[in-house]
Amino acid sequence: MQEPTRSDLPSPAQVSWPILSTENLSIYYGDFLALRDVTMAIPERKITALIGPSGCGKSTLLRCFNRLNDLIDGFRIQGQVFYYKQDLYGETVDAVQVRRRIGMVFQQPNPFPKSIYDNIAFGARALGLQVDLDELVERSLRQAVLWDEVKDKLKTNGLELSGGQQQRLCIARAISIKPDVILMDEPCASLDPISTLKIEELLRDLAQEYTIVTVTHNMQQASRIADFTAFFNAQADEKGKRSGYLVEYGTTDQIFQDPQEEATRRYVSGQFG
Amino acid sequence: MVLSPGETDFPEIPPRPPVSLWLDRSFVWATRLFAFGVVGVLVYIAIVVGLDAQPAMERYGLAFLTTSAWNPVNDTYGALPMIYGTLVSSLIALLLAVPIGVGTAVFLSENFLPPTPRLVLNFMVELLAAIPSVVYGLWGIYVLIPFLKPIGAWLHSHWGWIPLFSTQYLGPGLFPAGIILTVMILPLITAISRDSLVSLPPTLRQAALGLGATRWTAIFRVLIPAAFSGIVGGTMLALGRAMGETMAVTMVIGNSNVLSPSLLAPANTIASLLANQFAEARDLQISALMYAGLVLFGLTLIVNVLAEWIVSRVKYY
Ligand SMILES: Nc1ncnc2c1ncn2[C@@H]1O[C@H](COP(=O)(O)OP(=O)(O)OP(=O)(O)O)[C@@H](O)[C@H]1O
Ligand SMILES: [Mg+2]
Repeated sequence: MQEPTRSDLPSPAQVSWPILSTENLSIYYGDFLALRDVTMAIPERKITALIGPSGCGKSTLLRCFNRLNDLIDGFRIQGQVFYYKQDLYGETVDAVQVRRRIGMVFQQPNPFPKSIYDNIAFGARALGLQVDLDELVERSLRQAVLWDEVKDKLKTNGLELSGGQQQRLCIARAISIKPDVILMDEPCASLDPISTLKIEELLRDLAQEYTIVTVTHNMQQASRIADFTAFFNAQADEKGKRSGYLVEYGTTDQIFQDPQEEATRRYVSGQFG
Repeated sequence: MVLSPGETDFPEIPPRPPVSLWLDRSFVWATRLFAFGVVGVLVYIAIVVGLDAQPAMERYGLAFLTTSAWNPVNDTYGALPMIYGTLVSSLIALLLAVPIGVGTAVFLSENFLPPTPRLVLNFMVELLAAIPSVVYGLWGIYVLIPFLKPIGAWLHSHWGWIPLFSTQYLGPGLFPAGIILTVMILPLITAISRDSLVSLPPTLRQAALGLGATRWTAIFRVLIPAAFSGIVGGTMLALGRAMGETMAVTMVIGNSNVLSPSLLAPANTIASLLANQFAEARDLQISALMYAGLVLFGLTLIVNVLAEWIVSRVKYY
């Protein structure tokens, strides 16, 4: 059932050059500790899935990787996040450059209120890339399996698409600027099974060149596409505030077939609480 | 066991209580009444003004719009200077107030400042709108006009060959009037633009920044375009306000009914003309003033239609 090559993967801790890694990372929103003491390494050109119950801090962690949390008042971190050997939160780091390399697809589709064409071309234009925009738009839309549905109406507003189409538009937009890493927050949550399969194929394709970190609530999806899986859980402290933490991280096969923690076993087999 | 329908109690969704139904209906009717009431008042005013303007319209026709004599003694009236004054003073105000207002709105909607000072600034900007226009007028006479003197003199001596600056700065005129109007419409533009910027979904900004856009790009290529209809709406409201503003303008514009293209010369606007002349006007002069009022009415209407058109054009870009 699993791809044979995958069982040969080393555990993520042994990967020599993780593209992204965290060390004792804790994330706060004001006084609220959202995620506690996460140390993990994300290998290059692989798909890493983040799974766990709602509110355990998956989106929070994802946004930390491209410094998108910077926009949130009261956000602060302890510990470190690295891009290769560079501290992403170092003083001289330009967050704009970080985001240019580490792209993101959000949990809710968020197209710009512009035409489909302009949505895709936005990144290249904003970055001043010297490329053939028509070609860029077509390629990105094809990759995101949206081209056939919209090729005749590239001038219509992106907001007039259905929710699933909007999400694929956002995927196309994210890959249009060819980032090194694509962070995806439940990219398939609003898609039908066929588009989902197509997106999963796309992710497998993209993983040849890109590093993908994706959040998913769909266990089958994680086991189908991810090379590595990290399971997060949330635990209430004395005052009843729930902080997320990393329970277990390993190859997808380990997590799904031979979890070390009881919580992981219960979660991946669909038994909660 | 097979049950026949009447035999047993199937669950039933309770009907709406009649009171709530009645309340809903009367509410719908009440709102309908109010909506038509507003339109009715507008139409009624237009008709009354139109009827009173009738004699002047018959006598002067469209020439009223293109001639510039305003002479109650021998009953010749032409509103061109006031139309020019109205449009130009409002245009000056718009040209200055839109960039300043939208800029302020961007500043106040971003987190450049911590929340508390931002709140204070917000409040102060809105307070600008609470100053009575007669106070603006006084400020115009005693502060603004002297203050603008060197600027006006400079404009005339360096750019005097442009008709707009072709006369000496005499004090009262279109220039100070335009500046006063700028200050008066600034809070309107700022408040409405800020509100439409603040109400944009935060995911829009995240999307832009997530694509490697700088804050500048996010603001100018995504946020301002997305808030464009609100900004245009605020601007048009402000323009309407500027064209209709009476008291402050009257106090600083010089009330000269002679046509001069120069911003530095005394001039007049329609609203200020009406305010100045109504008290002593008789017969045909009243009618001519009504006609001028109708022209102002028409101008604001055109401005609003234009705004609607711009917004509808720009919605899909
Ligand atoms: N902008 C914010 N300000 C304050 N608290 C936040 C913010 N965003 C998230 N949180 C809190 O951080 C915790 C983790 O949220 P997060 O969105 O990361 O969860 P998640 O794992 O992505 O959940 P889901 O699966 O439902 O998307 C939650 O308790 C949430 O209330
Ligand atoms: Mg989430």
